[in-house]
Amino acid sequence: MSRTLAEKVWEAHVVRHGSGAEPDLLYIDLHLLHEVTSPQAFDGLRLANRKLRRPDLTIATEDHNVPTVDIDKPIADPVSRLQVETLRRNCAEFGVRLHPMGDLEQGIVHVVGPQLGLTQPGMTVVCGDSHTSTHGAFGALAFGIGTSEVEHVMATQTLPLRPFKTMAINVDGALQPGVTAKDIILAVIAKIGTGGGQGYVLEYRGAAIEELSMEARMTVCNMSIEAGARAGMIAPDETTFDYLKGRPHAPSGADWDAAVAYWKTLRTDDDATFDAEVHIDADELTPFVTWGTNPGQGLPLGASVPDPEQIGDDNERVAAEKALTYMGLEPGTPLRDIRVDTVFLGSCTNGRIEDLRAAADVIKGKRVASGVRMLVVPGSMRVRKQAEEEGLDKVFLDAGAEWRQAGCSMCLGMNPDQLAPGERSASTSNRNFEGRQGKGGRTHLVSPLVAAATAVRGTLSAPADLEN
Amino acid sequence: MDAFTTHTGVGVPLRRSNVDTDQIIPAVYLKRVTRSGFEDGLFAAWRGDEHFVLNQEPFKAGSVLVAGPDFGTGSSREHAVWALMDYGFRVVVSSRFADIFRGNAGKQGLVAAQCSQSDVELLWKLLESEPGTPVTVDLTDKTVRAKDLVAPFEIDDYTRWRLLEGLDDIALTLRHEAEISGFEANRQTWLPTTDPLQAV
Repeated sequence: MSRTLAEKVWEAHVVRHGSGAEPDLLYIDLHLLHEVTSPQAFDGLRLANRKLRRPDLTIATEDHNVPTVDIDKPIADPVSRLQVETLRRNCAEFGVRLHPMGDLEQGIVHVVGPQLGLTQPGMTVVCGDSHTSTHGAFGALAFGIGTSEVEHVMATQTLPLRPFKTMAINVDGALQPGVTAKDIILAVIAKIGTGGGQGYVLEYRGAAIEELSMEARMTVCNMSIEAGARAGMIAPDETTFDYLKGRPHAPSGADWDAAVAYWKTLRTDDDATFDAEVHIDADELTPFVTWGTNPGQGLPLGASVPDPEQIGDDNERVAAEKALTYMGLEPGTPLRDIRVDTVFLGSCTNGRIEDLRAAADVIKGKRVASGVRMLVVPGSMRVRKQAEEEGLDKVFLDAGAEWRQAGCSMCLGMNPDQLAPGERSASTSNRNFEGRQGKGGRTHLVSPLVAAATAVRGTLSAPADLEN
Repeated sequence: MDAFTTHTGVGVPLRRSNVDTDQIIPAVYLKRVTRSGFEDGLFAAWRGDEHFVLNQEPFKAGSVLVAGPDFGTGSSREHAVWALMDYGFRVVVSSRFADIFRGNAGKQGLVAAQCSQSDVELLWKLLESEPGTPVTVDLTDKTVRAKDLVAPFEIDDYTRWRLLEGLDDIALTLRHEAEISGFEANRQTWLPTTDPLQAV
């Protein structure tokens, strides 16, 4: 029977099929932990006197709470400090490998897994974090889970789940210069809506996806959750294999050959059918930015703030009205006229080396506009080190930006990196929810290229605007 | 987990769509390492507004939240479910739930009752015109009832069974320990482990 990529990976992990309403029991190949969603799960194990079944398939890092300055000092916020210290105690007690602050492999959990070569095609990967969808870029079935499920995986290395439906996101054609993976996914979310992917695994396909680098594919899959889908996937190919080869935890020798032979079978069969299909023409995409308070409220940079009166659907009109009030925007204002206070370059969406290179290339030899602060937060300490070896830190510092240590930082403002009330950001992160980057903060989601150009001009801009 | 069969309480109309988990509980409230006390973070930004529905009598004492579509989108934080339950909610009614939120709710015993949007609108009108109207959510026949209104809701059969029985998911899975071990014995040997690498 012909199957989709998602169905193949699912079937390969079924420990037992449920009968009737009972879900399948799925084996989990890799469990990623961080300090925020794990403490109550560890507590649950202790209370029930259960072991962590497979510490050798589990890895932890500190990312959500960690400060991005003064990391050699104790964390100033006592509550954050307690959470990080609790993770350290739990990992020591249950035998879990942990990369703490300051370690070369510390960083955002979704940057760390791939860079170590732990994320491989055909695996099941989970983490108590919705952006686990990132790892689907390798052809893994990867999705975020809640803390009860974290405890369940700790205790059993499995999860009871009902099969997902499948949706093909066909991105045909080729991207124009200055248009990136971030613009693809923002356009996808605007098209299908924040609920459009609910119940589905998305498979991104087509010429424009095949042309993307591994890191760009991670950007696309990362934001699948913003379209309501728990997971997004891309079939592994030579780009995937080239990225993995030689990584610390990638197979080697005869194991490598056996693995690649298997990975090559991980493609949707030609005659397989998806439960739904969506088409996007890459040639028509331009830099995309959000204007509202959910990631589906986005438009091409050349557009203007929409008028809620023109929106037919009642719920969407009310949502748009509330969003514009919160964002402090008037209908009809050209998006390019929107002035920002802060530019944030980083996060599990756009905090990898290619993102930093792309932004540095735009900002090199220029200055961050007066009155604008720009934070550059590498996704991991290894990304930071590599960037420094390439001199990118100097480019950002010379432009007047701040060069920080690794972590989730201003993407969600659990550490001191936050927007003040009313402050407006252009952010390469993934969520423009009310208060996401700080109480009262206003977020516009953008690509690294748009972030860099915006930092220079002080208003939402694309690199092409700097040439005029 | 406590078993759930039926619950009657004050219905709270929340006329908002896309209520993401950052709104249900902002990230700054996620730093606790314990499992209780999250009610202070529930809808923290909105509760600063005196007109917000949970700041009005009799809605303050609500236990059945009736919200717009796409409830619980965004972050996977189970703290969103804990905050709702710690506050006193036992049921959320919406026409569409985000997948992760729905799963988290089912694990904790918060009923995510999926009604049609037209029934949600009728509930809103009723709760706004007659504040304090008790709403009954019956998991045995899958209905939401308020005055003359009877609205059917959907919930998957397995979650419904577990909630009715009050069963712990992990204990259920551990009944299949032999099958898990059998599966592990047949995994590809080249699959990665997180064991620290030996220095070469």
